[in-house]
Amino acid sequence: MHANPDMTAAGTAPTNAPARNQTVMDCQLEKVFYGDFLAVRDSKVPIEKNKITGFIGPSGCGKSTVLRSLNRMNDLIPVFRLEGKVTYHGQDIYDAKVDPVVVRRYIGMVFQQPNPFAMSIYDNVAFGLRLNGFKGNLDERVERALQGAACWNEVKDKLKNSGLSLSGGQQQRLCIARAIATEPDVLLMDEPCSALDPIATRRVEELMIELKEKYTIALVTHNMQQAMRVADTTAFFGVDISQGSRTGYLVEMGPTKRIFEQPEQQLTREYVRGEFS
Amino acid sequence: MSATDLAVESAIRDLETTPAPKPSLHRAPLELRALKSGILTGLTWIAALLASVPLFSVIYELVVAGGSRLNWETLTALPPSAFDLGGGFGNAIIGTGVMVGIATLISVPIGILAAVYLAILDPDSKLAHTVRFLAKVLTGFPSILAGVFVYAVMVVTMKTYSALAGGVALAVLMLPTVVLAAEQAMTMVPKKMKDAAFGMGCTRTQVILKVVLPTGASGILTGVMLAIAGAAGNSAPLLFTALFSDYYLRSLTEPTASLAILIFNFSGMPYENQIQLAWAASLVLVLIVLVFNVLARIVGRQKY
Repeated sequence: MHANPDMTAAGTAPTNAPARNQTVMDCQLEKVFYGDFLAVRDSKVPIEKNKITGFIGPSGCGKSTVLRSLNRMNDLIPVFRLEGKVTYHGQDIYDAKVDPVVVRRYIGMVFQQPNPFAMSIYDNVAFGLRLNGFKGNLDERVERALQGAACWNEVKDKLKNSGLSLSGGQQQRLCIARAIATEPDVLLMDEPCSALDPIATRRVEELMIELKEKYTIALVTHNMQQAMRVADTTAFFGVDISQGSRTGYLVEMGPTKRIFEQPEQQLTREYVRGEFS
Repeated sequence: MSATDLAVESAIRDLETTPAPKPSLHRAPLELRALKSGILTGLTWIAALLASVPLFSVIYELVVAGGSRLNWETLTALPPSAFDLGGGFGNAIIGTGVMVGIATLISVPIGILAAVYLAILDPDSKLAHTVRFLAKVLTGFPSILAGVFVYAVMVVTMKTYSALAGGVALAVLMLPTVVLAAEQAMTMVPKKMKDAAFGMGCTRTQVILKVVLPTGASGILTGVMLAIAGAAGNSAPLLFTALFSDYYLRSLTEPTASLAILIFNFSGMPYENQIQLAWAASLVLVLIVLVFNVLARIVGRQKY
């Protein structure tokens, strides 16, 4: 186990020696509330290093809530409350000493809707580096991030143009470039292709597979085929309506192939066969 | 074969043999709905033209009546005394500029900070709802009352009319415009951009400074320019606060000339020279207001 990154103070992303089958994040949610509403219960989701962990399940099953509790994005919702813990390299990120702002610098996020800032392509990618007070060669890091996100060739001649002038698929890859520019440890992707056409989706999927060489990825997807194509491990979430409310929970989790071909749970089998959605 | 089947079959046969009547696709301008549409469109044209008549006739009148007196002397010289010829309103241009400047320095920082609170920090709090309501009331506030208020607060206590008091009175009138325009501009910044900034590890202050304010900047500046244009042309609040002066501005704590008050004073005088100067000053004032309106449109263009 390498040295824990210090999340109680601002710092740059850690440089980790790659190791296989190592749990980077261990998400052990007991209960997640929005106000009085129990949104998610009993979900233990380990996230392994250099793998893509896919979260699938019907609408309202809490997969996005679980993803957003991995970098404390849910803290932006005032009524959010979490019981349980989420560890990142052994540290509970919900510990009172932990600053959520610092957590988000290690655990980057790509959203459902492409959301570049209203600034140039270059400034979008450089945003996080400048935020962290990066002192090195900015041009080189911006180029590397754009190459990493497979959009360098499309944008290299128009880095001064607005990020919003790009097509949806290009915008999403720009957002991925922005997220990886600071070289975060973990990348959370919340249905990153749901606003994209099939060709753009295919490109982003190929990109995810390339990115897992360097990063650890957690991916929420509504699209089972996408999970089958890219995820190494798949977590299937269901909705419990027995208490008169809609509470999401983890039904089962395992290697993607097993989840789709030999699920242990009846509910999973019905879902992956497309019997409900 | 049932009866309905037979009926269907004969209907099909009819369709095949008798050609369907060709629908007419030609325009029928005298048909009732076309006529209605034409008349209403015409009315909107006329209304639109009528709405622009006052502005164009005022500008035309000002150019004709005031244009001839517009020269370097009128722009720089001091106002003439009763029977003098020549002279100008240089001190009034400076006075208006200084007082609008003071008003901008006061209203813009307060206005933008208030808007940050309203748009981002606590948009649904009781305080925010109250402030928003009061700002809307204040936009329709009679400007002369702003003058009376500042008269009571500043002129009486300082025992003198002053550019400072004039600036504060104008600031009172500019503030609600700035607050509401800036709030609007910041509310328009999409939530997904703020989420992106939080996701990058921005603190709330950084989200506001690095994303919300730059993204809303053009809208905020538009509001500021319009507020400045409105303040520059206002005379009522200055009557009670800055009064007038026949001399150049030497200190912020003495009576100060302004274009609006000069126009008000000179247009009522029985001297041809003063009346001409009032026309020329009106033209200058309208040009200043126009320039700020045009600037508002230019800065209002989204950069990205």
